[in-house]
Amino acid sequence: MTYPDFNKTVTVDQVGIEERCSRFQARSIKKETKVEGLKLALNMIDLTTLEGKDTEGKVRQMCYKAVHLHDVYPGLPTVAAVCVYPTFVKTAKEALKTSGVKVASVATAFPSGQSTRAIKIADTKFAVENGADEVDMVISRGEFLKGNYNFVFDEIAAIKEACGKARLKVIFETGEISTLDNVRKASEIAIYAGADFIKTSTGKISPAATMPVTLVMLEAIRDYYYQTGIMVGMKPAGGISTAKSALHYLIMLRETLGNAWLSNEWFRFGASSLANDVLMQLMKEKTGLYQSADYFSKD
Amino acid sequence: MSRLEIIKTYKIYIGGQFPRTESGRYYPLKNKSGKVLANICLSSRKDFRNAVVAARAAFGSWSSKSGLNRSQILYRIAEMLEGRRAQFIQEMQLQGSSVKAAEDEVNLAIDRLVYYAGWCDKYQQLFSSVNPVASSHFNFSVPEPSGVVAILAPQENSLIGLVSAIAPVIAGGNTCIVLASENYPLCAVTFAEVINSSDVPGGVVNILTGSASELIVHFASHMDVNAVVYYGSNEAQIKLIQENAVANVKRVFIHNKANSLDEKAQGPYHILDLQEIKTTWHPIENIGAAKAGY
Repeated sequence: MTYPDFNKTVTVDQVGIEERCSRFQARSIKKETKVEGLKLALNMIDLTTLEGKDTEGKVRQMCYKAVHLHDVYPGLPTVAAVCVYPTFVKTAKEALKTSGVKVASVATAFPSGQSTRAIKIADTKFAVENGADEVDMVISRGEFLKGNYNFVFDEIAAIKEACGKARLKVIFETGEISTLDNVRKASEIAIYAGADFIKTSTGKISPAATMPVTLVMLEAIRDYYYQTGIMVGMKPAGGISTAKSALHYLIMLRETLGNAWLSNEWFRFGASSLANDVLMQLMKEKTGLYQSADYFSKD
Repeated sequence: MSRLEIIKTYKIYIGGQFPRTESGRYYPLKNKSGKVLANICLSSRKDFRNAVVAARAAFGSWSSKSGLNRSQILYRIAEMLEGRRAQFIQEMQLQGSSVKAAEDEVNLAIDRLVYYAGWCDKYQQLFSSVNPVASSHFNFSVPEPSGVVAILAPQENSLIGLVSAIAPVIAGGNTCIVLASENYPLCAVTFAEVINSSDVPGGVVNILTGSASELIVHFASHMDVNAVVYYGSNEAQIKLIQENAVANVKRVFIHNKANSLDEKAQGPYHILDLQEIKTTWHPIENIGAAKAGY
């Protein structure tokens, strides 16, 4: 494979991107279409808990929720995966067993990524050996901003190797790399270095996922697909908390990458509170009554 | 030089903002001789939904304010109302009141706000109790606010009716969504401006204008509404509320033939209506024959 010169990636037309994003938010999705869209969104969620106060109990509780989202609504899908710290992978794996819900683990000194490569690789291997199906790594934003693109590329490639069969999601922390041009550049570096998914944010920095940033990443995926025929997944994470905005993202996905990406194999939402809002909207469509958070499980 | 009069746009009040209805609909408000006074927003169920979201968001901080602080804020509403009395009197005249009746009504509204301001940090003592129990517990009951209250305000006496409906609800730490009188809505919108300039946090009071017959089912059926208060005597509407309120067992209060101008329209029991009693069993040492161990 030939690699492009990452010093010369295409620049992004910010005004054009923002105009396009505002169009995605003007579509009218109602009734059956809305219900199908919401179920799809639900099925794309990576239910996430990444806090210092996490315990095995908290993780088990979240895994239960991943499979039993709202049992009074028959026929609901499960979420796509749960996302936890490496130390909880084993717990999550046991709790989910045959449910089909995958276990994703953050690794590589998440969320800052400030550590040595040896530790990052060990972190990744620990997660994979404990049974993680997917690994969410963070890039070294400091090195990236210094212009040390080879370092970033090599690091992603090294983690990819450590992942083995686990799928690798690469987090850019777009709130720290600031410009859309940088987002495009990071996307290309990650994709060429072997990322299976590219992901916007850790959820620890604001702004997290936004529609313009996600669109730039989707376009990078599309251009790579045109050149090589290889599909790469996308995961916006953090800040998407309403069913309405989830539908906007799905519209953007459909109109940028097409139907092939409309499954949880190629698109995920990293979120914790989104699931409940989607469930409330689904119940609203089913019963005709506006819903209350009082009647949905908190975690 | 002559100048064009700047005529006020009557809008609804949701979450501390004055949006137009999302539906874009309105109805012309006419006086007795058929002259159009203003175009009034015909709120939709989505406006109501947005108002419930705002009220729910405001509930946490409003209900946890001290009684004293809520008292200060209610008193502030009275102060602001005093300062705008001329505008209210003028609007009530437009809607067909005599000057005397309008003045009386504004005075009463201001006094009633001051009255409820006084109650904000006192009703708790009145309605709390220490209960005798047969075990080693200190057992006590205290009132707590119900949550989000949906109010269909009286059709007549639009200002004092509105104040009498809102004041006891927010004095007790609840937040509310009020549908103003359909035929006399001018004062309600202006009262929203008074509230907005009185340190009342956005979302604590939300005021919609429009048709009760259109919105009543949504007021009664929304799962995130904890209580419905209805002023009026339309039997069909009362039945609709009672039937639709069962989904989440809302508290329903029907004020049939209520007269807001009457002294009896105010009192601490109006605050108690929208309170729920929490009882706590606190373990203590064995209570001896002569004195309790706490």
